[in-house]
Amino acid sequence: MFKRLYADPTASPVTIWIGDVCHSALPTDTVAAAMLAAGVLQCRTTAVSGASRAPYCMMGVCFDCLVSIDGVGNRQACLTPVRDGMRVELQYGKRELGR
Amino acid sequence: MSAGTLSDAYDVAVIGAGPAGLAAAAFCAGAGLATILFDEQRSMGGQIYRSIGATPVKNREVLGTSYWRGARIVEGFGRSGAQYVPGATVWSLSREREIGVSFDGSSHVLRARRVIVCTGALERPFPVPGWTLPGVMTAGAAQILLKSSGMVPSGRTVLAGCGPLLWLLAWQYVNAGARIDAILDTVPAENRRRALPHAASFVFSSYFREGLRLMRTVKREVRVIPGVTALRAIGETRVESLVYRVGDGAEITLPVDTLLLHQGIVPNVNLAMSAGIEHRWDDVQLCWMPVLADDGASSVEGIAVAGDGAGIAGAEAAYWRGALAAFAAVRALGRDVPASEVSRTREGLARSLRGRAFLDALYRPPKTFRQPTGQTIVCRCEEVTAQQIKASVALGCTGPNQIKAFLRCGMGPCQGRLCGLTVTELIADGRGATPSEVGYYRLRPPVKPVTVGELAALPKDEAAVRAVVRI
Repeated sequence: MFKRLYADPTASPVTIWIGDVCHSALPTDTVAAAMLAAGVLQCRTTAVSGASRAPYCMMGVCFDCLVSIDGVGNRQACLTPVRDGMRVELQYGKRELGR
Repeated sequence: MSAGTLSDAYDVAVIGAGPAGLAAAAFCAGAGLATILFDEQRSMGGQIYRSIGATPVKNREVLGTSYWRGARIVEGFGRSGAQYVPGATVWSLSREREIGVSFDGSSHVLRARRVIVCTGALERPFPVPGWTLPGVMTAGAAQILLKSSGMVPSGRTVLAGCGPLLWLLAWQYVNAGARIDAILDTVPAENRRRALPHAASFVFSSYFREGLRLMRTVKREVRVIPGVTALRAIGETRVESLVYRVGDGAEITLPVDTLLLHQGIVPNVNLAMSAGIEHRWDDVQLCWMPVLADDGASSVEGIAVAGDGAGIAGAEAAYWRGALAAFAAVRALGRDVPASEVSRTREGLARSLRGRAFLDALYRPPKTFRQPTGQTIVCRCEEVTAQQIKASVALGCTGPNQIKAFLRCGMGPCQGRLCGLTVTELIADGRGATPSEVGYYRLRPPVKPVTVGELAALPKDEAAVRAVVRI
């Protein structure tokens, strides 16, 4: 649960999809930051036990923020800047080839 | 600064755009060498000066003067003429200084006559029960959210652990008016006794003045609970509460929405180790460090390591070490560096190291938080518990590479970044051996995931094609 305290007033918000829901984000956000700001505290469920995971390190070393972005799976949300119209999907369990 | 056209050979390649990498690349380019700087993040500064060019936190009082010092280093780099490629993930570095790098969806291979690895540090694992729950994050993660996105936690928030960065984050939160319900301080009493012999040089270091002021402010505004000896996070799909204990006392429960953990930082060894650079176990900082000469030269010819990746010493030391590594590269490639410049830099480095021994001793994380037991997850990726590791050692597993075969421990995407130190220490403890004897995961490229498509699209010569095509 994170809230924005400081934002650039001249920045124009972008729209991203997280699952079926539309959210607003700032162009300087990473996908992980945008998800946290939107109150989405889950990126995936694990392949081993189905446990819920969310960002832990925000710097690209823990791999818990893996989400599918624009159809490509296993992308680190904390290293990917948002783009207007981006489609983010949570990942459940094991991956499938070609997703 | 744009990526420009990528050449397939450079005089110097620098990896990582934190203070060490910025210093190294700036100096090499300034000396007239063809220099390229790769960084995984979209803007320079590394983690310590994260988003320094674009942070939405414009009020300089919030993040503090030590953060804003980074602006000068970034400006210095900007004037140097080095080529800079942001959003670039270096996934391999060979002994022959061949670099595999991915950016904008495609991979490239290039060579450099000299390489300076400045890949920095990451947070020491903090394996407590429930540390994998959503809502449990590192103090560094919280700092990144503040610096890059101007965000702070919005509910009940607890900070736990030890180390300067934990206090720095708390101070920045106090400045920002963010809510902190408690700081659970895990520094054991014997650390204060251990640190005392180093107190004199600490008092004369810049850490003392800044640190004292910072601590006073935090302790005045936030409830600090010292002597915490146990901690666990509880919840179903996210953290809902935590339970802690002071000394041998009773367990106390606190409801919590965000738990921020920190017990120091350690070198991010994956790229350096995968390049064959020799590392040694350091018993003071309880981590693996590259074996280096004074100028950062590693056991692999032509590859130097600088910054926190060479051993945790802070942003200023990183800058001076980056410069020293650059001087060595410049001289190796036949250009001159005035002796006065070198001695000035060594003096700067010596000054910046004053006080580190005190901090290392004071904030040495206690064994209870480095070596978990029972059902506590050690390997987050493969969900391997402390008990499973202990049982494998009892069955005869001798080290981290064998444990991969026993349990898949260390075989997940993080490549041991979050479990490696814990695994080495648990196996050492179980065997009655030293971490040095037990060793570490054998790391190989790619050190970050890269798609098969990108690899397949790399240029292939006749010989490479003939080697695999059946006629």
